[in-house]
Amino acid sequence: MSLTRMTAAELGELIASGETSAVEVAQAHLDRIAAVDGQVKAFLHVDPDTTLEQARGVDARRAAGEELGPLAGVPIAHKDVFTTKDMPTTAASKILEGWLPPYDATVTARLRAAGMVILGKTNMDEFAMGSSTENSAFGPSRNPWDLTRVPGGSSGGSSAAVAAYEAPLATGTDTGGSIRQPAAVTGLIGMKPTYGGSSRYGLIAFASSLDTPGPLARTVLDAALLQEAFSGHDPMDSTSIDEPVPSIVAAARNGDVAGLRVGVVREFDGEGYQPGVLARFREAVELLESLGAKVIEVSCPNFTYALPAYYLIAPSECSSNLARFDAMRYGLRVGDDGTRSAEEVMALTRAEGFGAEVKRRMMLGTYALSSGYYDAYYGKAQQVRTLIARDFDAAFEQVDVLVSPTTPTSAFELGERADDPVAMYLADLCTIPSNLAGNAAISVPCGLADEDGLPVGLQIMAPVLADDRVYRVGAAVESALADRWGGPLLAKAPEL
Amino acid sequence: MSVETLMPYDEALARYEPVLGIETHIELGTSSKMFCGCATAFGAEPNTQVCPVCLGLPGSLPVVNRAAIESTIKIGLALNCSIAEWCRFARKNYFYPDMPKNYQISQYDEPLCVEGHLDVEIEGDDGPEVHRIAIERVHMEEDTGKSLHVGGSTGRIHGADHSLVDYNRAGIPLVEIVTKPIEATGAKAPLVARAYATELRELMRALGVSDVRMEEGSMRCDVNVSLMPRGSSQWGTRTETKNVNSLRSVERSVLHEIERQAGILAGGGRIIQETRHFHEDTGSTTSGRSKEEAQDYRYFPEPDLVPVAPAGDWIEELRAGLPERPAARRARVKADWGLTDKELQDVVNAGALDLIEQTIAAGADPAAARKWWMNELSRRATALAVELAALPITAEQVARVQAMVTAGDLNDKLARQVFEGVLAGEGTPDEVAAARGLKIVSDDGALAGIIDQVIADNADAADKVRAGKVAAAGALVGAVMKATRGQADAGRARELILERLSG
Repeated sequence: MSLTRMTAAELGELIASGETSAVEVAQAHLDRIAAVDGQVKAFLHVDPDTTLEQARGVDARRAAGEELGPLAGVPIAHKDVFTTKDMPTTAASKILEGWLPPYDATVTARLRAAGMVILGKTNMDEFAMGSSTENSAFGPSRNPWDLTRVPGGSSGGSSAAVAAYEAPLATGTDTGGSIRQPAAVTGLIGMKPTYGGSSRYGLIAFASSLDTPGPLARTVLDAALLQEAFSGHDPMDSTSIDEPVPSIVAAARNGDVAGLRVGVVREFDGEGYQPGVLARFREAVELLESLGAKVIEVSCPNFTYALPAYYLIAPSECSSNLARFDAMRYGLRVGDDGTRSAEEVMALTRAEGFGAEVKRRMMLGTYALSSGYYDAYYGKAQQVRTLIARDFDAAFEQVDVLVSPTTPTSAFELGERADDPVAMYLADLCTIPSNLAGNAAISVPCGLADEDGLPVGLQIMAPVLADDRVYRVGAAVESALADRWGGPLLAKAPEL
Repeated sequence: MSVETLMPYDEALARYEPVLGIETHIELGTSSKMFCGCATAFGAEPNTQVCPVCLGLPGSLPVVNRAAIESTIKIGLALNCSIAEWCRFARKNYFYPDMPKNYQISQYDEPLCVEGHLDVEIEGDDGPEVHRIAIERVHMEEDTGKSLHVGGSTGRIHGADHSLVDYNRAGIPLVEIVTKPIEATGAKAPLVARAYATELRELMRALGVSDVRMEEGSMRCDVNVSLMPRGSSQWGTRTETKNVNSLRSVERSVLHEIERQAGILAGGGRIIQETRHFHEDTGSTTSGRSKEEAQDYRYFPEPDLVPVAPAGDWIEELRAGLPERPAARRARVKADWGLTDKELQDVVNAGALDLIEQTIAAGADPAAARKWWMNELSRRATALAVELAALPITAEQVARVQAMVTAGDLNDKLARQVFEGVLAGEGTPDEVAAARGLKIVSDDGALAGIIDQVIADNADAADKVRAGKVAAAGALVGAVMKATRGQADAGRARELILERLSG
C-alpha cells in the first residue's frame, strides 16, 4: 500500500520498526501535495526543505537511540492558526500575511516533541470565522469528494488535506464546530476535546472561552493518538485543566457500546435537515442499538437558543481579541506615509486587512458589549450559556452520551451560502452547544447522503473530561460500519 | 491655553465647598510582570524586558502572578478593606499605540478589595486633626507601554515628528486605590489630599509592596476636584488631573483647581468634565482630553483568565504578617525617642526612620542614633546625592561607632573620621579606627610631655590660669588637641593642665 494511504498508527509503526524512514514518509506526502494540492488548495504554506529537515531530525533522534512516541516521523498538516517559528502564520488573514512568529504554540511544540513532521500550514476561514474556508483571504479550499463543494470550515484546509491523502493527520480548532463540521462533510473523524483539555497558548484567538484545539484524522485511533500527543495541562494557559484524564488511546482501541445509554437530542431534527442526512443518522442510531446500546430520546430545550447566544458571545470576544491587529508591532501596515497619525494608520490597516465576515463579527461584538446593550445581549447570552450547560447536565443524568447529526446538511456548493451569513451559520447548529458547555464531542462518518452521495457525520457528545467515552463509542461505530462497508467510508471517495 | 480668571483662594472657599476623589496607581515591586515572567527593573534599555505575552503577540495568553495578588491583598488589608472571596479580571477595551493588545486587563465590577479606610492627620487650626478617608476599592491591572514623542518642542504627541514605544513597562503590575468622595474638608482640601498621598506612600513602604517613587512614576495620583456652592448639596462637575507626580503637586493641583473652577463658576461659566495635566513650573493645570462623550470601554470578564479566589487561611496568614501601620509606629517612636512633631517629621522626611530603629536595635541609644543619621550621615548622603539608605554603611556599623564613643575610645570628631573611612570602603569601624590610628589618647604619660610643651609655648594663658582664671585653660586644652590631631582625651587633658598649674 502506498505510504499516503496508510493510517498514522501504521506509519508510526513502520518508522519505528525501521521499515521506512521519516524522510521517506515526508517525501511521499510532499509528492502527493505537489500532485493534488493545485486542485484541493488545502495548504497556505508548504516548504519541503523545512519539512524534510524536520524529518531528518527525527530519523537522527531515532538513530541516536532516543525514545520517541507512536507518532514519531508521522507527517501532519497544521492549521495556520497555530504559531510556528519556522513557518509563517497568518490565520488566513491579509492582516498577518507573511508574519513569522518568534515562538511556537504549545500544540506546535508538543507535535515537535512527539517527533511529528509538519508538512505545512493549512487554509481556514479568516481567524477561524466561517464554515467553508470561503472567508480565507487566500481563496477557498475544495472538498476532495467533489471539487465544486466546500470542505467545511473553519478547519477546511485541514479536512481537505487529510481527505485528499495529502496528510494522515491534521490539527484543527473548534470554536462552534470548526473541526467536527469539516470532518463530517469530508468523511473524516473530527474531535473537539473538552475545553481546557488542550492548550490555547499560541493559538490565534477567535473566541477565547470557546476555542479548542483538536485532531482531524481518517481513523478514530489516529485522532486519539494525535489528541494525546498535544493535550494535557499547560502552565502557559490559565484555562487549561490540570487534572488526570482517562486514556483516550485505550478507549479508541476498545470500541464498545454494550449497555451504554444513548440519548437522541429531540431538538436536532425537522426543518432545515437534509433527508439523506437524517436517514443516515437514524441508521447509525439503529446500529448503536444493535450493538447493545439503550437508546432514548432526550430533550434539551435550550439548545434552540444556542446559535443566537453563540453569535453574541463569540463576536463579543473576537471584537476584543482582534483589536491587537493595529499595524503597530507586526503584520500589515497601510497608509504610513509620514503625514498620517497612528490612529489613521490603524484604521486604514484594519479596513484593508480584515475581510467582510471578520468585520461583521467585530461590529456585532462591539455593539453587544456596548454600554447600555451589554445586559440585553452579552449578559443574556451568558445566561443562555448556563442554561445550555444545565440541559447537558440533566441529559447526562439519564444517558452516557448524546448523539445527533453533526451537520444539518452535507457539503454545500462553493458560493452557495457565501452571500447569506445566516445560512452559513446554520451549518454549526448541532455543534455549537458543546462549545458553549465545554464538553467533549466527536464526529465520525456514518454514510453517504442519498441525494448527493456525500459524507454524513454522526456527532457523539459526552460530559466534560469524558473524552474517552466519545472515543470508545466512535471506535465501535467505526468498526461496525467498516464491516458493513468493507472498509472506511473515505475509500468510496473519487480518485483525484 | 485659554485665559482663565482665578478666584482668590479664600474667596473661593467662602463661596464653594470642594469635593475630592483620588485614584492612585501603585506599581508593585514584584520581580516579574503581572501576566508573564518578564523582569520589571526600572530604566532598562527599551524593549529588552518583553516577551510574546506582554507584547500581546497573536496567540499569547496571560497567567496571573501570584505575588501580585498577594501584594494587593496586603494593601487591601492594610487599608481595612474586605477581600473578595471570588473575583474576576475584566478587559477594558480602547485603542492606543502603547497598549499591546488594545485592551487592558483590569478589574471592573469585581475588585479584589472593597470598602476600607485610611486615617490621615493634618495640622488644623486648633492642633492636629484626623480625617478618615473612605476607600472605595483596590484593584489590580497591568500597566501600558510608554510612548516617547520625538521632535516638536513639548514632548507631547502634537507637533512630534514620530513616536517611539517602549513596552518594558507593559504588563508591570499596578494596583489602583480609589477613594470615595472626600467631603467637608473646606479650606484644608489641598492639605488633606497631600496628607492622604503621603500616608498612602508611607503605608506602601511599610508593606514593602512598592518603592513608591513618584518621580519615577511608581506611584501616580489622579486627583478629581469639583466644587459645590455653599449651602447646596448638589455636587458640581469634576475634573480629573492625571498623573500628578509629587506630594507637593497633589496639594498644589487641588488648590489650583479650586481657584480655577471657582473663577469659571463665578463668571457664569460651566465646568467641563475632562482630564487635565498639572504643570510643576506654573502650578497650574491645562485641559487634556475631554471626557464629555464618555468613552465606552466595553468591559467584559477576561475569558483568558480563571477567577481569583484567595483562600481564607491565606488571607488570615497575610493579615497576621502585616507590619505595624505607619501612624501607630510614628506615635510609638515619638514617645519612645522623646521627639517633637517637627523632629519626627524630619526623621520621616529624611527616610531615616527604619535606619534609626535598626541602629537602636543594634545597641545605640535613640538620641545618638538619630544624631548620626540626621546630621553627619545625612550631610554625606546629600553630598553624594543618594538616599540615606543607599549609603554604604549599615545600622549595625553606626551602632558600633557609637559604642566606641560611649566606651571613650572615640570622640565625635574621631567618630566622623571613622564614618568617612567606612563610607570610603576602608572596612568596618574597627578596621578603619585601627588602620587610621584613630583612638583617644588618655594615657597620662603620653599627655604629660605634650602638656609641658603647650604650657611653655603659651605662657600668657598659663599665667592666667595660675592667677585663678580657670576659663583660660580652654585655650591650653585646644592646643593639646591640636598637637594630638584631636586624639587626646580632652577631659583628661584639662584635669592634668589644671593639676600642673595649681601646684
